[in-house]
Amino acid sequence: MTNILIALVAILIIATLVQITRVSELLSELKNQDVNKVTDKDNKTQGVLMLVVGTGFMVFVLWQLVAWNHLLLPPASSVHGAQIDSLMQVSMGLILVLFFILTPMLFFFATKYRGRKNNTAYFFSHNNKLEVIWTVVPTIVLTGLIIYGLKTWDITMNADTTNATVIEVYGKQFQWTARMAGEDNLLGKSNYRGVTSKNALGIDMEDENAADDKLAREVHLVVNQPVLLKFRSQDVIHSAFLPHFRVQMNCVPGLSTKFAFTPTQTTTEMKEQEGQDFEYILLCNKICGAAHYNMQMKFVVETQEEYDTWIATKITLKEKLLTQK
Amino acid sequence: MSDHHKETFITKYIFCQDHKMIAKQFLITGMLMAVVGMLMSAIFRVQLANPGETSILYNLLPGSWLNEAGVLNPDKYLALVTMHGTILVFWVLTAGLSGTFANFLIPLQIGARDMASGFLNMLSYWFFFVATVVLVSSIYVESGPASSGWTIYPPLSALPQAIPGSGTGMTLWLVSITLFVVGSLLGGLNYIVTILNLRTKGMSMQRLPLTIWAILFTAILGVLSFPVLLSCGLLLIFDRSFGTSFYLSDIIINGEMLHNTGGSPILFEHLFWFLGHPEVYIILLPALGIVSEVISVNSRKPIFGYKAMVGALMLIAFLSFIVWGHHMFMTGMNPFLGSVFTFTTLLIAIPSAIKVFNYLATLWRANIRFTPAMLFAIGTVSAFITGGLTGLILGDSALDINVHDTYFVVGHFHIVMGLSAIYGMFAGVYHWFPKMYGRMMNKHLGYLHFWGTFICAYGVFFPMHFLGLAGLPRRYYTNSAFPMFDGLSDINSIITFFALAGAVVQTIFLFNFFYSIFKGTKATQNPWKSNTLEWTTPIERIHGNWPGEIPSVHRWPYDYSKPGADEDFIPQTVPLKEGEKEH
Repeated sequence: MTNILIALVAILIIATLVQITRVSELLSELKNQDVNKVTDKDNKTQGVLMLVVGTGFMVFVLWQLVAWNHLLLPPASSVHGAQIDSLMQVSMGLILVLFFILTPMLFFFATKYRGRKNNTAYFFSHNNKLEVIWTVVPTIVLTGLIIYGLKTWDITMNADTTNATVIEVYGKQFQWTARMAGEDNLLGKSNYRGVTSKNALGIDMEDENAADDKLAREVHLVVNQPVLLKFRSQDVIHSAFLPHFRVQMNCVPGLSTKFAFTPTQTTTEMKEQEGQDFEYILLCNKICGAAHYNMQMKFVVETQEEYDTWIATKITLKEKLLTQK
Repeated sequence: MSDHHKETFITKYIFCQDHKMIAKQFLITGMLMAVVGMLMSAIFRVQLANPGETSILYNLLPGSWLNEAGVLNPDKYLALVTMHGTILVFWVLTAGLSGTFANFLIPLQIGARDMASGFLNMLSYWFFFVATVVLVSSIYVESGPASSGWTIYPPLSALPQAIPGSGTGMTLWLVSITLFVVGSLLGGLNYIVTILNLRTKGMSMQRLPLTIWAILFTAILGVLSFPVLLSCGLLLIFDRSFGTSFYLSDIIINGEMLHNTGGSPILFEHLFWFLGHPEVYIILLPALGIVSEVISVNSRKPIFGYKAMVGALMLIAFLSFIVWGHHMFMTGMNPFLGSVFTFTTLLIAIPSAIKVFNYLATLWRANIRFTPAMLFAIGTVSAFITGGLTGLILGDSALDINVHDTYFVVGHFHIVMGLSAIYGMFAGVYHWFPKMYGRMMNKHLGYLHFWGTFICAYGVFFPMHFLGLAGLPRRYYTNSAFPMFDGLSDINSIITFFALAGAVVQTIFLFNFFYSIFKGTKATQNPWKSNTLEWTTPIERIHGNWPGEIPSVHRWPYDYSKPGADEDFIPQTVPLKEGEKEH
């Protein structure tokens, strides 16, 4: 039944289009002119439409900026995140200014210079002075933007990690696992050939650094304490994306990647600001298979005392793998 | 050349060596694929707006793609996204756009009887055709078509255990793209050779229309970068079928420990994006070329800053080869390398800005004639501004951290590359339709098509920026798995509404196109009062383009509204008057 209805609608649409075409052809036959010749009247209608729709577009963009303002980057909760956000504000400001100059200009010109039969366009093929200006000015602005961008990138990527807590984030279809480095703050070696159902990350238990490592399905961080995340993947490329911390890094099988940052807001503080539902979430942001859309892990930022209580509940790999048989 | 040989149905319509017919073959194949790609996007937009529900549109899909409740399966959602991307990027905006207008315009606008090699040109279409058949057939494979995104990153694309689409579907995808690359190389070499060698008397490089300049740079980009995609794909075929480890290392998939060690998926990404980024400009440049021509003709004004326009095209083409790393900022590459790619990427803003300012200067004090082609050309400039500006965010490695692979990227490239190019393509079709079929497309339907498309397209893609800034990743089957995205469902509904409306609007174009081929009003020889050479050929198509001698060229193509002339255009074939300066 529905298929018949769809077919009927399709036929009706086509019939309507044929009729529109016919009518426009007949009308112009009556007026004795070529139906497809663009007349002054057309130019006027289309020119005015340019202004109307162009204005409508600007209003639509402004409406979005106001209505969805809260979506413009979730609040940053890391030290480098604040720097990135300042760069974002400068770039976004620049973009919006240019957008709100150039787009109205385009639609305004289209309206203002719409064709009239007795008008002639102004023959204006080039002007070196103008062209130099609009090459040099963007170059200068961009130079500033590039330098600012590279500085921020440098701060982000080359953070001091000497005192950072080391945590491994391990991805596989479609689950994240975290490994805390334990009291020595050193991760034990690992090899994919060592992966068993019990030793899910393939940790080399011969390595003495491995004994105190702890596995978890959520990550707890101490506020204002630098952390160094190291990433591995077991199967395909995943991407660890922590939007609130302004952190993202691919997890690549056969390769170790890393990202260091310092969280500045506890989960509790964020809940007060953003609502009680708030949680820091690690998302997968690289297409990794059917359940890619649901590959997540919770992050919790808390005080040192809260962290100590939590970490104490986790057993070490030594206890898990060597003593429990 | 053409006067004496007899054309049968087969040599005229199927195995035809006439560039004009080959162009039409590319155009119609591209249009059919565009319909397929657009329907796919309509279907996955429905899933995004109403996750977990069934829809009438799903009747278009093979039954095995749905679960018992009639809901789209998550891996088939990815298949749709992958095929949509592949079809639109390669089939519609590369072959459909370049294949059509390079073939159609090069000989006509430079004054040649045909391409340098008509036979290679024909082969180029037929390779493309076979590639199309293979790609479409992959949709009906039992395990489904390729599903690892159009960028087919291994290991996901290399391992059938990782996602069903990486089985036979992926093999067919790779075969198809290999054929596609062969076809596009045959075409590209032909374009370059023809433009350099077969220009008519007086058609110096400084007198080439900007369409031809743009196509020349496009062809050069294609010839230099497509072979890299080919080798990139070949290595993937080796990894998939012959047990090599170019891209694979240390993998356990579905409990199976693979033997591969020492390879790197990042190598694949480097090779892929070495094509992938120039590809963006392979798509965009022909559209910008078409738009330059259409804007100048319909503004009745010379294009402003012809030399700067050529220079900007050249600079964009060059820079496009040294920016591929900005797709890979988050792969863990050396931060210094990231800095280099940020620097080169942001430089592209300079030639892009020049182009925008020059378009605006062309419109200033013009006498604009709003043909449907002109509307779409203005639409291209608008999309190029809107989409180009957000590139300043994505190209900046520090800012990319938070918008990488989110809907911000989807919004950005759909506007700057998708919309600009497809508007350019529409502008080209409306503008050269009289030359292609000897008839006119209906103006009123053209107006309706433009405004419908323009409004719906911004309704679809502009809100995506906000989704992306909120952190929503692309290629998610649904965003209902994360409470933090619950507030975004309204935006998703708005986007889907506009996407479906926009798809319906395209029927106006399809109708207008096919109706006008047979029933459109007859075209006059030079309906737009244009200067370029194609409008000096007869209305009826002949193999060889000009019945007599090929005309000589005496001036550049942009003498519109030149002071002292009788009319507001002076065709390139008119000699300079005594004491007249060229421009």
